Amino acid sequence: MYELFKNLGAWLVDGDQWAGPDGIGHRLAEHLQYSLLATLIAAVIALPLGLLIGHTGRGAFLAINLSSFGRALPTVGLVVLVFLASGLSMWPVYIALVALAVPSIVTNTYAGMSAVDPEVKDAARGQGMRGHQVLFQVELPLAMPLIMTGLRLALIQVVATATIAAYVSFGGLGRYVFDGLAQRDLVQVLGGAVLVAVVAVVLDLALSALQRALFRHRPAKSA
Amino acid sequence: MTIDWSWISEHTSDLTTLTLSHLQAALSAVALGLVISLPLAVVAHRVKPLRGFLLGFSNVLFTIPSIAVFVLLLPVSGLTRTTTVIGLTIYTLVVLLRNTVEGLDSVPAKTKEAAKAMGTRPLRTLLTVELPLALPVIMAGVRIATVMAISLVSVATYIGDGGLGQLFTDGFQRNFPTPVIAGVVLTLLLALAADAALVAVQYVLTPWTRRRRSA
Repeated sequence: MYELFKNLGAWLVDGDQWAGPDGIGHRLAEHLQYSLLATLIAAVIALPLGLLIGHTGRGAFLAINLSSFGRALPTVGLVVLVFLASGLSMWPVYIALVALAVPSIVTNTYAGMSAVDPEVKDAARGQGMRGHQVLFQVELPLAMPLIMTGLRLALIQVVATATIAAYVSFGGLGRYVFDGLAQRDLVQVLGGAVLVAVVAVVLDLALSALQRALFRHRPAKSA
Repeated sequence: MTIDWSWISEHTSDLTTLTLSHLQAALSAVALGLVISLPLAVVAHRVKPLRGFLLGFSNVLFTIPSIAVFVLLLPVSGLTRTTTVIGLTIYTLVVLLRNTVEGLDSVPAKTKEAAKAMGTRPLRTLLTVELPLALPVIMAGVRIATVMAISLVSVATYIGDGGLGQLFTDGFQRNFPTPVIAGVVLTLLLALAADAALVAVQYVLTPWTRRRRSA
């Protein structure tokens, strides 16, 4: 075990390992690109959907069941299926990652919106605010902590799962995991896994710092 | 992409075997996860300094890709069912621990004080007052963990034991979509059935929540 961790340390700090198209630097950039782009696409789809469901109260059933459907969907199967349908393109990876991220964003946005005290909304309407004003000036700011939690959760899942891109012969940090697996090279697998975990934790901390900076006036409630 | 129905009818018994093996792996992981997370959650709930550490540690475990977890367990437990179950348990722990701690937190302080005033000892309060009242939140965690475990079993196919996940590798290698579609659909149905079964279990275990809802 000790030997393994010593080799892992050597693998991680080796300068050659970081350079070139197979190097950690390049793989890291690829991994970030897959994860951030997929989460961004998912947010563009999921945020308006969650806001609409939360604001109108319609489609709550959909929002709740979507999350359990999303959790149940086997990502590997989805990647293989889209791969067989579309051939060698980035489609399978992005579709699977977006499908993974959308439910947690929709359900958390909806949960945040429905947690807003109805009396506050009534008060806003009583002051003459219109529907969209209540949504953007009252409900959205109050729901923000939970919405951010949903985005963080989605991003962590996407970063961990972007490993799968390597399965259908693309890059990212998953390359080390799958190549190491094929070559029975445990140090490489471990190196890849550690790097993915570090990226996920760092991105999560960055989002939580952003959240604190943006919404300083209000203690963030976790749910 | 068309489904080859004759392949499915020829492989019904294989599909049944894989489904049962899939379910067994997921359920073992959730059971093991519950056994581990219950005492840990009680500790995290009672000893505040440990709370952040335990929850933070389980969150970090969640960030490691599942494929890597299975591979890293290979030197410990080899190409066996044990590896699959341990790997899945690690993922269920995150959800189970967080929900059990939240469930225990949600028990009103007054209720605990009332139990104390009646002379109930701490262990008995935990077992007969706190855990039953925390049950709805704990069960919500069990449902999420079960559905998640069912979806994740397929990842263990890379170490040769993935239940329905084997259909994905098979379809991928032969460029034949039917087994992949069958695997995805069966995984979804299995998750749906397990979730419904857990709702029924919760309904039976928490009769007091029904009255409140109908009122």
